[in-house]
Amino acid sequence: MDLKEKLVSSFMAFENNVDLDHPIHDIRSEAIKNFETKGFPSRKEEAWKYTSLNSLQKIDFSIFPKEENALEYNHVKKYFLHEIDTYKIVFVDGIYSSFLSETTHDGVDICLMSSALTKPMYKPVIDVYFNKVASKEESLTTLNTAFSREGAYIYIPKNKAPKKPVEILHFATGNEASLMLQPRNLIIVEENAELQVIERHQSLTKNEVLTNSVTEIFAAKDAIVDYYKVQNDTNDASLIDNTYIAQKDKSVVKVHTFSFGGKLTRNNLNFYQDGEYIDSTLKGVTILGEKQHVDHHTLVHHQQPNCESHQDYKGIYGERSTGVFNGKIIVDKIAQKTNAFQQNNNVLISDKATINTKPQLEIFADDVRCSHGCTIGQLDEDAMFYLQSRGIPRKEATGLLMYAFANNVLESVRLPELKKRINKLIATKLGVRLGFDL
Amino acid sequence: MLKIKDLHASVEGKEILTGVNLEVKPGEVHAIMGPNGSGKSTLASVIAGNEDFEITKGTILFEGEDLDEVSPEERAHKGIFLSFQYPVEIPGVSVTNFMKTAINESRKARGQEDMPANQMLKLIREKSELLDIDRKFLSRSLNEGFSGGEKKRNEIFQMAMLEPKMAILDETDSGLDIDALRIVANGVNKLKSKDNAVILITHYQRLLEYIIPDFVHVIHDGKIVKSGTKELALELEEKGYDWLKKEPVA
Repeated sequence: MDLKEKLVSSFMAFENNVDLDHPIHDIRSEAIKNFETKGFPSRKEEAWKYTSLNSLQKIDFSIFPKEENALEYNHVKKYFLHEIDTYKIVFVDGIYSSFLSETTHDGVDICLMSSALTKPMYKPVIDVYFNKVASKEESLTTLNTAFSREGAYIYIPKNKAPKKPVEILHFATGNEASLMLQPRNLIIVEENAELQVIERHQSLTKNEVLTNSVTEIFAAKDAIVDYYKVQNDTNDASLIDNTYIAQKDKSVVKVHTFSFGGKLTRNNLNFYQDGEYIDSTLKGVTILGEKQHVDHHTLVHHQQPNCESHQDYKGIYGERSTGVFNGKIIVDKIAQKTNAFQQNNNVLISDKATINTKPQLEIFADDVRCSHGCTIGQLDEDAMFYLQSRGIPRKEATGLLMYAFANNVLESVRLPELKKRINKLIATKLGVRLGFDL
Repeated sequence: MLKIKDLHASVEGKEILTGVNLEVKPGEVHAIMGPNGSGKSTLASVIAGNEDFEITKGTILFEGEDLDEVSPEERAHKGIFLSFQYPVEIPGVSVTNFMKTAINESRKARGQEDMPANQMLKLIREKSELLDIDRKFLSRSLNEGFSGGEKKRNEIFQMAMLEPKMAILDETDSGLDIDALRIVANGVNKLKSKDNAVILITHYQRLLEYIIPDFVHVIHDGKIVKSGTKELALELEEKGYDWLKKEPVA
């Protein structure tokens, strides 16, 4: 039985465990039908030309973990941003770990999707927001919708800001030979409210893990959201991340994606600007080696006038790693005075590494400023000689230049501890000793 | 200290240096002048070890050691410093972090420990004051968005930090207004000692009013065609370079 069949037939069993009268039962049923019709995307589709899911589909993934697995905090502490206090929503093999988590209902809701989907008090919010910005067509998103049950639920009411950032962590213990996870997150940041989130998926063994995650984020008028994705998983862990963001007037949403590892990572990051004077920022640093593969597919849909979007993705590819950047910008006819910027710069440090980069602009308005640029290159030899002539050996100079290249993207990271952490990860990843403290 | 014998160098098959001979002793200041395209900057780059140029003949000896096969960073560790005509912009690395890296890499090469942080800060403060450099400037990305004058001043700041035995200043005076020129020249003069040497590469005599050379050499078509004392610079200023082309090589 292939993975698709297994998933479709598991759906009945899954439904037996959840409330059939719940309104999202219909949403799930519609979703599985869509997935059953479309199946996994293949490389024949333009959007999946450079990323193949074939070999993953041959793995016999467990769809539901058999038992709850406990983890000691000390064992996984390094994956938390432990230098500062944070709210934590932690899952172990897809199951909520109250032991490792720190949730709150104190003026804001930072808790669980399973509660939000089942408790009557959340129903009004679920009715308005659940599955409203996530695609009802894209097969992997609908696969997640069909099995949506657990994940993070965050609701920040008007004029509120949680006291500390929120970490969403998913651990895979390896107790299953191979495990498929489908977390579903819903994040609502109301008018003039603020939120910072750090999301991370971490496998703890060499066993295969496939995560198909969907996150919906709603940023109301004047809301500010900073979302950081830290992707530094093992070479046996794959992630398909589907993030959908709906923004209202004057909201500011920034998503930073740090891709430093994993076997196969696909980031589908979609911004929908439904208001004026919106600011959307999409930044990424990708540093890969071995046979790692990362595919960044971004979409910014400018649907109203006077908005801005800023995209800056930097990639460093070594060994046999492969990267994809596909950045789509749509500017509707009504969306005059749009400012849309997109930049994708890549450095290949191995003859066998590959990057495919493609800007895709669909502009229907006439009074807009759109710019895009892609570069693929080696390191600048003039800069190299300059550093060497100051006594910095070639290996260290290479590291310093790559560090500088990637580091530029971090300027917009507003959490100093995270910035420092990422700085260090970049330096470690590049295998260089920097002659200064970070 | 430096002995260059019959140096020939070419880039992409084109011979730029056609037999340079030069000897520089500790404590000396040499000026190398010449028209555009004469090979001045090439000579500077070759001494610093730029691998864009191929040495086809001749030798460069530094403190008796042949520099052939010696990498640019090793030359820096031995005490050779090049102030670039066009310093490279490196966004993402601050001036301070760059200097820390450079100093500690040189120390490492000499088998020394990293310089303690407080000592480093003191050194940075001291040397930046010498060159009238604003503290804010040091946290900016290296050369990024610097004016021509700021870049050159930053080069001399690096020289002050690294304390080379032999500094080659490639057109350090170009792009400087008179005040900046004075600050830079003053910095160079303060760093001069009986143990180190300076090679000034310049198109104009102006800089030599502030940093007085012991010897002046004129380079033309890739070789030194005339050598003299500082009076030669004045003669060049007056007559230009054309008369050299007509005069047979001495």
